Amino acid sequence: MSAQNSLTGRGLGGVGEAPAPRRSRLNRRLLGLAAALLALVLLNVAMTPNFLQLQTLAVNVSQVAPVVIVALGMTLVIATGGVDLSVGAVMAVAGALAPLIFGSGWGVANPGLGLAAAFVGPLLVAAACGLFNGSLVSFLGVQPIIATLILFISGRGVALVLTNGNLQTFTNPSFTWLGTGRALGIPVMGWIALALALVVAVVVRKTIYGRYLLSVGGNERAASLAGTPVATVKIWTYLICSTLAGLAGLIVVAQNSASDAARIGNLMELDAIAAAVVGGAALSGGRAPILGTLLGALFIQLVGYTLVANGVPDEATFIVTAAIIVIAVWLQDSRRRT
Amino acid sequence: MTASLDLDLRRFTRPLGGGTHLTVWVALLALIVLGGLRYDNFLSAYNISSFLGYNSMFLLISVGMCLVIMTGGIDLSVGAVAALASVVAALLSPDGLIVALPGGVATGLLVGAINAGLIVGLRLPPFMATLATMLAARGASLVVSDNRAVSVDWGSDFTTLGMNKIGPLVPWTIVIAALVVVVAWYVLERTSLGRTVLAVGGNAEAAHLMGLKTGRALVFVYLFSGACAGLAGVFLASGYGAGQPLEGQGWELAAIASVVVGGTLLTGGMGSIPATVAGALLFGLVFNLLNFENGLGVISLSAYWQSVIRGAFLLVVILLQVRLARPHPTKA
Repeated sequence: MSAQNSLTGRGLGGVGEAPAPRRSRLNRRLLGLAAALLALVLLNVAMTPNFLQLQTLAVNVSQVAPVVIVALGMTLVIATGGVDLSVGAVMAVAGALAPLIFGSGWGVANPGLGLAAAFVGPLLVAAACGLFNGSLVSFLGVQPIIATLILFISGRGVALVLTNGNLQTFTNPSFTWLGTGRALGIPVMGWIALALALVVAVVVRKTIYGRYLLSVGGNERAASLAGTPVATVKIWTYLICSTLAGLAGLIVVAQNSASDAARIGNLMELDAIAAAVVGGAALSGGRAPILGTLLGALFIQLVGYTLVANGVPDEATFIVTAAIIVIAVWLQDSRRRT
Repeated sequence: MTASLDLDLRRFTRPLGGGTHLTVWVALLALIVLGGLRYDNFLSAYNISSFLGYNSMFLLISVGMCLVIMTGGIDLSVGAVAALASVVAALLSPDGLIVALPGGVATGLLVGAINAGLIVGLRLPPFMATLATMLAARGASLVVSDNRAVSVDWGSDFTTLGMNKIGPLVPWTIVIAALVVVVAWYVLERTSLGRTVLAVGGNAEAAHLMGLKTGRALVFVYLFSGACAGLAGVFLASGYGAGQPLEGQGWELAAIASVVVGGTLLTGGMGSIPATVAGALLFGLVFNLLNFENGLGVISLSAYWQSVIRGAFLLVVILLQVRLARPHPTKA
């Protein structure tokens, strides 16, 4: 294992050139974000009634957890220099499939197996979507925006066809636990999102895949010349992103005890991209600040909550989110130039 | 391994490259002939005029998008801008077309100016800058409209723009859209501004070093795209009787798809206005044909199938254009 690590370390060359400034720049950004988040919390403690309640925390966590899960995958895709517009549609497909599986005659006859299949089946389909995206990007050289646009357009249509456009409501306590259950007072899905963030962060930092990922995004041609399996890395990245989106779709459906294919994951691609970029990801690739993405998602969520809780209309929060994105990208860019 | 595959594909598809723009027109013509032969009312005045009226909006935003994409940029804000402009135009409609039309277009120009400021002034990547203005324009349209559709004033002459036709076939909206297309084509092919647009997309650095006014070209394309989206919003309000703050979701991606179907590279530096027009019409025609196929009763595809088939259609086009869609190999 250590031998392999040192081997890739040598092979990467370009990426290893200046690790120190890259890290410190990111750390500064993370510190800034954390400070902003803390300031926002303090502001809320002073301003927002009933802010320091477990219920407030639970509401925020259950709103932000699906965004975090999707944004983790999006960060990886962005790190390769790509983008995945299809995540919302993949959520809709996975979310539409799950109730169909455990609600089918077979699923009702075998509740245990049905439940397992309702988890595994949609995730496999989501993974297949990622395989499709990744293959278009790496084998055919289609630009990521265009490649993922196909499933963005068709994916939700598939989900609507599957459900005939109907809202599927269901009662299945074991499944809805995923969306409504709590552990230590915090929604289970919050723990899932946190655990996934930790796993992805470790994968990016400690595994060969993580090193390959950053080198592909940093300079694809150099990475390829240095022997990095560029196509494989990209395909895996899109596959991971779609699978995470599928999981987020399952969670949203479980939370609502209903699956509405027209609405699940609508505009999720924007939320996920925003979280990643506010967290320090650069669309040009080569950076995968997982902790930053987590903080970015929390920051956007809390800003929205603060505004709504203090009587600002929901619609106006769009404009504030837009301003946050502009400032985040501008800060990133001005730092890159200096 | 990948390198050899790369070479083979390119050698194999090179002869097709030159004729791609022609291919789009041939495909369009073939579909129209097919529709005309297969369906009774396909070439009826009603179908033609409603098809042209509806697609005039997509034509506009696709042409604006085409210019932006030629510079290597992207404008994700067009759908939200159209929604905002439709709301503004509907609110201004009691003062008549003479106020509401410029009002809607000015709204688009304003957002276009913000895009240009963010991209040229602050040097933000176009994807992120227009993503932000997309959110902001959507929010603004919901705030201005108080979160509901704004009915136009039917007493004024505002709705004549979207509902009146020249003869039985030609809606005014498609005439105006066609004029905009001609202007875009003229600017691109016959002016130094247009040549600069292409040069920026080909190699921004080199264009700048050659002394071309690259900033001016970028400002122009984002203003133009914004104005096109604003005009599309006016058409929407005028043709369908209401300013619709939630309309236009996904229009930007439909426009991008039309541009791609027309053979324009997302990397910029090349592209064709006429082929984009064909791409937009082709994309709209797929919908129209499906409706008629349903009407025949041979197949019964729900409306939900249409987006699946649109996506599949896009996939086929992309597969046919693999060589074109490949990013410039020189780009590191």
